[in-house]
Amino acid sequence: MSDTYLRLVNSGVTAKIAKQLGLPRPSPLQRYTPGQPLVDGPVLVLGTGKDTDAIAGLLAAPTADFGWDLDVHRHATPDTRWAALVLVLSEVVHPDDLTAPVLEAASVLRSLKSGARVVTISRPAGDDDAPAMSAARQGVDGFLRSLAKELRGGSTGNGVVVADGVPVTAPAAVGALRFFLSTRSAFVDGQLLAVDSETGSLPDDWDRPLAGRVAVVTGAARGIGAAIVDVLARDGATVVAVDVPAAGEQLAAVANRVRGTALQVDVTAEDAGRRILDHALARHGRLDIVVHNAGITRDKLLANMKPDQWGSVLAVNIAAQLRINETLLTSGDFTDAPRIVSLASTSGIAGNRGQTNYATSKGGVIGMVRATAPLLAPFGGTANAVAPGFIETEMTARIPALTRQVARRLNSLQQGGQPVDVAETVAFLASPQAGGIVGRVLRVCGQNMVGQ
Amino acid sequence: MATPTPQRRAYVLGGNRIPFARAGGPYAHASNQDMLTVALDGLVARYGLQGERIGEVAAGAVLKHSRDFNLTRESVLGSALSAETPAYDVQQACATGLETLVSLSNKIRLGQLESAISGGVDTTSDAPIAVSDRLRRALLDLSRAKTAGQKLAAAAKIRPKDLAPSTPRTSEPRTELSMGEHQAITTAQWGITREAQDQLALASHLNLAAAWDAGFFDDLVTPYRGLIRDQNLRADSSLEKLAGLKPTFGLGLDTPATMTAGNSTPLTDGASTVLLGSQEWASAHDLTPLAAVIDAEAAAVDFMHGDDGLLMAPVFAVPRLLARNGLTLDDLELIEIHEAFASTVLCALAAWESDDFGRERLGLDGAFGKVDRDRLNVHGSSLAAGHPFAATGGRIVATVSAELHRRRVARLAAGDDRPPRALVSICAAGGLGLTALLEAA
Repeated sequence: MSDTYLRLVNSGVTAKIAKQLGLPRPSPLQRYTPGQPLVDGPVLVLGTGKDTDAIAGLLAAPTADFGWDLDVHRHATPDTRWAALVLVLSEVVHPDDLTAPVLEAASVLRSLKSGARVVTISRPAGDDDAPAMSAARQGVDGFLRSLAKELRGGSTGNGVVVADGVPVTAPAAVGALRFFLSTRSAFVDGQLLAVDSETGSLPDDWDRPLAGRVAVVTGAARGIGAAIVDVLARDGATVVAVDVPAAGEQLAAVANRVRGTALQVDVTAEDAGRRILDHALARHGRLDIVVHNAGITRDKLLANMKPDQWGSVLAVNIAAQLRINETLLTSGDFTDAPRIVSLASTSGIAGNRGQTNYATSKGGVIGMVRATAPLLAPFGGTANAVAPGFIETEMTARIPALTRQVARRLNSLQQGGQPVDVAETVAFLASPQAGGIVGRVLRVCGQNMVGQ
Repeated sequence: MATPTPQRRAYVLGGNRIPFARAGGPYAHASNQDMLTVALDGLVARYGLQGERIGEVAAGAVLKHSRDFNLTRESVLGSALSAETPAYDVQQACATGLETLVSLSNKIRLGQLESAISGGVDTTSDAPIAVSDRLRRALLDLSRAKTAGQKLAAAAKIRPKDLAPSTPRTSEPRTELSMGEHQAITTAQWGITREAQDQLALASHLNLAAAWDAGFFDDLVTPYRGLIRDQNLRADSSLEKLAGLKPTFGLGLDTPATMTAGNSTPLTDGASTVLLGSQEWASAHDLTPLAAVIDAEAAAVDFMHGDDGLLMAPVFAVPRLLARNGLTLDDLELIEIHEAFASTVLCALAAWESDDFGRERLGLDGAFGKVDRDRLNVHGSSLAAGHPFAATGGRIVATVSAELHRRRVARLAAGDDRPPRALVSICAAGGLGLTALLEAA
């Protein structure tokens, strides 16, 4: 699961050779460790209007005043190495309004530190908007996605798209901004995340936003599932680790690592939802977060697809989630700002040859969370999906070597992500501050070439 | 006869074991300590006991290496439990696992403990191999020798034949007869037929397979080393297949040999643990008591000089246990009799059904009673699961406690408040028998 190429182009003689040959040189990404500064250096906030002032104020204010205590600048200054660039474009009404902030941003792009963050804050283009305003707003989408592709050195570009009527300082908006600025979003790139409402609440402690919450993670014995368990526990949650009885040995190790509990249950069992809920309530007194991570692949060209290969993938990856959600939603015990986070896949968005069954199930997940979110809204709840791209796991380690090497480079960061990258995104969507993000899909793909 | 004084109750709160493996199978290179540690860790994971200081952990093994000194404490130290958890070892042959449960639950009833974990482990794959006595003496002399001359003299005493290892035996030290040969004598004594034994063996396999299929063991077993189910289990067993097996024990007796590899338990590797606690401790840890450990009774028979077979001691323990608690066999909803051999169970049932035996040996007015077969080993037992000696007690108690609780919940839902009871009976080498009474919580 190690990326030998990435190591070679970043060290010693091989690094020099790679540079001379003009080979792609992906940068090792910085990942989050508790206690590290939110942003490692000065932040440039550009834009016009009171939204820009509000964002700059939040970033600059001392922690005692619920600010983030960052070194914030409002104008490009020469010889500064910027750790982050925030473009507040929420008040543009015409494409011309983009020019000044964008060109000022352009002047500092060569001065970004490695692993820098570029984040736009904008409004969604609506059908009822004046054509010029809609053009300006939609323009941000193309701008951000293109800019993200130009960034180097492990830097990323992402956007927060805040619905009309929702302040840019709403919990989910600042939660998303903070996530994109932090190293938690190391492998999230070129994404525009919509904030739909003011629902949600800022955590008392940004290092432990899930304190007091009880989470269930399915497929928790290995890979991405185990990483999700670790990150949720690190963020303060009590975790119930769920996997099939056959994976019980690894499951016990994961549960013991985070001082959670192990529950051996097949998610496709008729009573899986009931058993999960009963366990969480009996042992931990509540259930707040469900992460539907359990999933399987049975790749085959559709022409060769056997009924069982189609059926088992659909049963595990989507039907089980639907059934468990129904149990939770009708139980009356999943009502305190609950969070459902499902694992989709870029295959479910862009399609992948030989994965009609998998992509159907993962596309299904996207549809499911969109339709489930409104059902949770009365309780301040959300349902969202995370769509990983190429992640270094046991599953992708089985891809033939050359195919794997190519697949790794097909994104703006020119490398595969780590399970922890998916886990960080899941943890963000499961957090109290993400309450205003409902029914959305956030890709963790390093801005893969395919799909949105 | 003493009457039990009312004490606070000790509860079975849950259990965990690893699937039982055939000797020389997946656990061939696992030690007793490995298996007991992983069984403890599975229990810790299931009940969220990481870093918890448990009142006491007692477990043991029948076949122990000299390195298994302080086996249970070493296993606790290797587990996710608090290192401040005390532990001790017990060895009472096949009754080891049940004996640890009985003694720990008694401590809970007395208020000496709030929580405890009982357990047992055994490996016949990684059995200790001792050197011959002559070699051992020579080696000890060698280690004590000071001069080169003394060393040479000590070493010179070693003969090539001394190097042959002395392998562990399952035979009785006092009779030199294997357990199977002992049971073959008892089987003949009670006239137990081959068909009856095969039927019991088949029921064991089918019942255990059904329980696995129903997910009954999802909360009781954690896989280990790639083994997901009990390896000895034959879900496709049939009377025809069992009837085709050649007898293995009792070949030298005057009566026809009836005991085969199919109706005898094979050598097995495995480990089991049971979590025990007071009501207060259970509540504080959000755990639901499954069953209360009500009482226990041990017995022993003089298998060397008397009329009773090596494995017949429980036949005497059970009537005493039930009488003390004012119960009869009919008051028990579940009866778990360890299937050392199918005929062991059938001999016990025959003895209890015998008027003569009841009058002459048990001191009753007549027969002790008849065991309904539909209450006997309802989820299978050792014939199908296998029998890693010291691990069997924990397997049986955890299984029957889960079943008692399941029935209790279903019955309460139907408005019936009477808690079902279960009997656990385990025979052991040395003519020992240990029995316990449990009641659904």
